[in-house]
Amino acid sequence: MIIGQIKDGIVLDHITAGRGMDIYRILGLGELDCTVAMIKNADSAKKGKKDIIKVGKVIDLDFDVLGYIDPGITVNIIENGKLAKREHLSLPTTVKDIIRCKNPRCITSTEQELRHEFRLVNAERKIYRCIYCESEAPTL
Amino acid sequence: MRNLIDIMELSTDELRELVERAMDIIENPAKYAESCHGKKLATLFFEPSTRTRLSFEAAMYELGGNVIGFSEANSSSAAKGESVADTVRTVGCYADIIAMRHPKEGAPLVATRTAGVPVVNAGDGGHNHPTQTLADLLTIYREKGGFENLTIGLCGDLKFGRTVHSLICAMSRYAGVRFVLISPEELKVPRYLISDILEPKNIPYEEVTSLEDAMPKLDVLYMTRVQRERFFNEADYIRLKDTYILTPEKLRTAKKDLAILHPLPRVNEISVAVDDDPRACYFKQVLNGKYMRMALILKLLEVEV
Repeated sequence: MIIGQIKDGIVLDHITAGRGMDIYRILGLGELDCTVAMIKNADSAKKGKKDIIKVGKVIDLDFDVLGYIDPGITVNIIENGKLAKREHLSLPTTVKDIIRCKNPRCITSTEQELRHEFRLVNAERKIYRCIYCESEAPTL
Repeated sequence: MRNLIDIMELSTDELRELVERAMDIIENPAKYAESCHGKKLATLFFEPSTRTRLSFEAAMYELGGNVIGFSEANSSSAAKGESVADTVRTVGCYADIIAMRHPKEGAPLVATRTAGVPVVNAGDGGHNHPTQTLADLLTIYREKGGFENLTIGLCGDLKFGRTVHSLICAMSRYAGVRFVLISPEELKVPRYLISDILEPKNIPYEEVTSLEDAMPKLDVLYMTRVQRERFFNEADYIRLKDTYILTPEKLRTAKKDLAILHPLPRVNEISVAVDDDPRACYFKQVLNGKYMRMALILKLLEVEV
């Protein structure tokens, strides 16, 4: 399968195979009016299989959101057909308003204006806890 | 400006300083009688409490300060739908320090952002209750002479018992401490305490269901109440509330110098017949709580004595 190179845009590479559609949905890529290519189960020397997303223009990306969803992703920014910048993501130390605390006893369940904030407590097991009630973050 | 939301915000050096200060208050009460003259403590209790609120108030009065506040949410603007942030921002204009109890977990942390004065968490739902832990620690210190090399049994509701969680965190920092976690299957300690606190530090612990079997090895026995207010389902509460009842018979195999603690109030989990046993320390614990709250108020208000 051949998918053409992009002149200006973003390539999200090394997405864990099977997670591409989640990222497509969470980043709202379906709302864009430019070319967006979603490649599933591409061959990867590093991971065996991977997903790739190509976006035909440079858009603002929240690296914390991306890092939380899939910290192995590589973000390539393409300008004039050339690689302008490459970011290797990692797990963010805090995430805000990406996930919501599900604990009915948490103050976030009644104080509507509070941001839902989680802190990374165990990077190896990717465990985040609510900064208010310490409940473990629900999986996205 | 310092707050106290979680007991782990205090270093072991600070805990030692608080214990030393409390011991000095016990020995020299007159020295502290006017140390907070002109200062006001606001006790904001959005949930009923007898012991903790009165303990804070007694502590402030014994330091020569004054107290304002409310003892239930219905008598505050919370009943009109005011946010925690707005309530404490208002109270921060009147008081020098706030002690706050709230049924929602994390509410005192929210309060620290707008209060403008030190905030002490006086219990937030089933989450934290650091000043109860200060009372527990002073009691252990006075009864056992220190914090190291102790086998601590925690018995009853270890799932919702916020005092249990805070005590495990605090005691996990001392050498040679072992925990025996005694509870029914449904009320075991939250897994995060095991995975985030005990296992990373290689602290010996065992989870058991029999109080009788655990009794002979314990230096401290921390009993807890199965709390009706933490259950969404009344049937579950009824089924579990009488699981552990401490009686003189069960204490026959206990060490002679065992210290029996309980954060109180008790319902029936410690028989009244145990109260006369010299190993029963739960009413001493109440008094120790007042001394530690006095020491904490002095620390947070940065009062030199």
